[in-house]
Amino acid sequence: MSLLHLAVISPLLLALLIPFLHKHFRKIHTGWFLLPLPAVLFGYFLQFISVTRQGDTVMETIPWISSLGIDFTVKVDGLGLLFALLITGIGALVVLYSIYYLSPEKEKLNTFYIYLLLFMGAMLGVVLSDNLIVLYAFWELTSFSSFLLIGYWNHRERSRYGAQKSMLITVFGGLSMFGGILLLNSITGTFSITETIAMSNEVVNHPLFTATLILFLLGAFTKSAQFPFHIWLPDAMEAPTPVSAYLHSATMVKAGIYMVARMTPVFAHSGTWVWLVAGIGIITLFWGSFSAVKQVDLKAILAFSTVSQLGMIMSLLGAGAAALHYGTIQDGYYIVAVTAAVFHLINHATFKGSLFMVTGIIDHETGTRDIRKLGGLMNFMPITFTLAIIGTFSMAGIPPFNGFLSKEMFFTGMLRIAEMDIFSFDTWGILFPIIAWTASVFTFLYSMIYVFKTFTGKYQPEKLDKKPHEAPVGMLIPPVILASLAVIIGIYPDVISGRLISPALRSILPALLDDSKAYEVHIYHWHGFTPELFMTIGVIAVGILLYKTLTKWTGVYRAFPEKLALNRFYDSGLEKLELGSLNITRGYMTGFIRTYLVYIFTFFVLALGVTLFYRNAFALDFSDVAPIRFFEVVLVAIMAISAITILFAKSRLTSIILLGSVGYTVALFFVIFRAPDLALTQLVIETVSVALFLLAFYHLPQINRKEEHMRFKLGNLLVSIGVGVIVTMIALSAHSNKSFKSISEYYVENTYKKAGGENMVNVILVDFRGFDTMFEIAVLGIAALGIFAMIRLRLTRGKE
Amino acid sequence: MKTNDVILQTVTKVTLFIIILFSIHLFFAGHYYPGGGFIGGLMTSGAIVLLLLAFDIKTVKSILPIDYIKLTAIGLLFAIGTGAGALLFDMPFLTHAYTYVNMPLLGKTSLHTAVLFDTGVYLVVIGVTMTIIQTIGESE
Repeated sequence: MSLLHLAVISPLLLALLIPFLHKHFRKIHTGWFLLPLPAVLFGYFLQFISVTRQGDTVMETIPWISSLGIDFTVKVDGLGLLFALLITGIGALVVLYSIYYLSPEKEKLNTFYIYLLLFMGAMLGVVLSDNLIVLYAFWELTSFSSFLLIGYWNHRERSRYGAQKSMLITVFGGLSMFGGILLLNSITGTFSITETIAMSNEVVNHPLFTATLILFLLGAFTKSAQFPFHIWLPDAMEAPTPVSAYLHSATMVKAGIYMVARMTPVFAHSGTWVWLVAGIGIITLFWGSFSAVKQVDLKAILAFSTVSQLGMIMSLLGAGAAALHYGTIQDGYYIVAVTAAVFHLINHATFKGSLFMVTGIIDHETGTRDIRKLGGLMNFMPITFTLAIIGTFSMAGIPPFNGFLSKEMFFTGMLRIAEMDIFSFDTWGILFPIIAWTASVFTFLYSMIYVFKTFTGKYQPEKLDKKPHEAPVGMLIPPVILASLAVIIGIYPDVISGRLISPALRSILPALLDDSKAYEVHIYHWHGFTPELFMTIGVIAVGILLYKTLTKWTGVYRAFPEKLALNRFYDSGLEKLELGSLNITRGYMTGFIRTYLVYIFTFFVLALGVTLFYRNAFALDFSDVAPIRFFEVVLVAIMAISAITILFAKSRLTSIILLGSVGYTVALFFVIFRAPDLALTQLVIETVSVALFLLAFYHLPQINRKEEHMRFKLGNLLVSIGVGVIVTMIALSAHSNKSFKSISEYYVENTYKKAGGENMVNVILVDFRGFDTMFEIAVLGIAALGIFAMIRLRLTRGKE
Repeated sequence: MKTNDVILQTVTKVTLFIIILFSIHLFFAGHYYPGGGFIGGLMTSGAIVLLLLAFDIKTVKSILPIDYIKLTAIGLLFAIGTGAGALLFDMPFLTHAYTYVNMPLLGKTSLHTAVLFDTGVYLVVIGVTMTIIQTIGESE
């Protein structure tokens, strides 16, 4: 266990302590106990910058299930470190913000912070583990904690709906990715990402390559809310705003991007990858920004904006992957797209994080997020207004903020993809810059809507629940820090370019950059009068024009048929699924135990019978059989007579007693065959179960008079005879087939020597096969709990 | 309708202790002679069931105010705890140890961690049997 491992799981460890801290320090807001952890972790991870800057990585391994190639390997490289810093840095700010956002009187803080810590640990695990299986486990844990956090206000119907939706979609993706991991493992024979990257060539030329790639991308696209899986993200906005800022904008939704970036060295040599990632990304970019404009809820605007920005980063990664085909870096001519992706990833976290926090402040201080009710808040919340201006202008790509720089690089990347002469980019590639430009106009538009509809215009106090005023300082500090970062990065981009961007690039494109450590990213404000500059000017001009004429053309949105909406598709699909499974279940769950017994025994007969037949396993061998003695015949006769009499018994009492007599006769058999332990057990079991039957006796219905003449049922007869025949056949074959030496010799030899006991049966139970016994008693316990719960629950329901 | 079951009740009062003593004997004898936690536990539950038949659930509950679900849980803890104990000595899970000591009166006696494990089995068996019987019996 290294310090690095401890850092990854420390949030999970702290989560264990939260209930106690919450209980014993009620006066203190639980968030204060959390705050130091991400802050310290942030400081800890900062130290690694000096390592990754040199192009080095740190790797620590704890052996876990080494025989299957699953080890808890933590690897810090440029990409992982960048994400770790985002997770801990934004995490610290979000925790601080949440302390003021969530009131300790009204909310269940302990659960909230446990979920948050669970997420933080899981996310660190995703970005830092080098083993795909471990990564997958953490990946699902992020989906899980996101589900819990979206449903945090679980008394709201919309929260539950959003939580379920996100869970279904992201877990679907997660499982697909798991399939991808297994396929990849069958190709490479390893779960280590580092080793997989080294075998990239074999992966690309493998027949299963396309399937693997698509499964991986399904995981990444669902997580990062790419079209058409983006529909869960807007509904996830039901979560408390700090959660939206943290999970659904800055970190978790970027896990998909992380995955794409991480797997780029493995998959990127194929055209499918480039087209899918870049294509889906750009569609998402357009669709997200287009949909954001029609939203009236501030958080919904941000949600669609997040979708679109994620699409933008995704398309950049796809475009940049194409650079691999040129083999050299050529002064960063093609990899500018990847640079822009990493750069925008950071920028997005800063401005979108601050915007979410601003939204939270507005919601908190006015009681609404509806832009139709808001307006003229500028005078009441000057600081919040300034923050919103910085955030939205950066998002819209207006200088001098950081968003402008990455937007320019985005245009560059898109223009260059159109110039490429591979994968028919020379024909269709021209679509990329066109869609990118259009989407940017809409991005500009919704940014303006966000800030100006809220803060300028007419103040409508009658529509607000509260009188608006500036937020408390604690709530302002986190967005102020993020907004300042947006400005600082905007003015001095090289502060982060050498420290964070270049090392991350080296992880994404190791083949190109490993041997050229001299390559350093530099970001400039002024490139001269380039096409990019004119595109930006065009975006601003057209954007302002559209904003001014907003009311005249929003009818476009109504033209889009409701029926085709993806949400409609999702809802009806879910409904049909539920209905279908209900019908199927109703078809065979009759509620009668005799029906179920027929199912069970039919399956038993068929499964065993068919196996016996196909394996040709039936055998008869009477060579070493002892002679049958007289009293054995008598016992068998008693058993048979009792069993047959049960069928004709007229009262339940008789049947219970007859059943008991069968059991006791079996015990006598054990006595004859000198198995005292079995005989004892059988006797006591029989006694207890007869008593149990007598107790349950009251609850059983009387045997119906009509049923006295038991109707002859052919099906039941066949099943009963089948069970009897099969069991007999198995018993005979088991005796006759001696495929291997009996293990009893081993026990005879070692019972005293190794376990210090003389009763072999008991020594086997508690020592040689103690594991079995342990699980058996666990199963017994579960059965008891089940019976207890079933009867007690039914009783309480009956009282209601 | 309560039938006159004086005989059963009187006999139960005497035999109950004999059965329980015998079940404890079975439990301890387990490693060398027929018996063990499973049989011992079943025998003890048998005794309690006899008590239930002779009297009624309320009386039995006041005589033996035991929460059988908790008993099951304690038993499981015993079994898992014994197994985990081996880990402390850097041995694989569920490794048992034993030794022989000369005790006054009893003479040469074996001390065995398997007994602890078996105690778990014993408690779980009683707990499970009685939970089931009690919940079904009570649900009238």
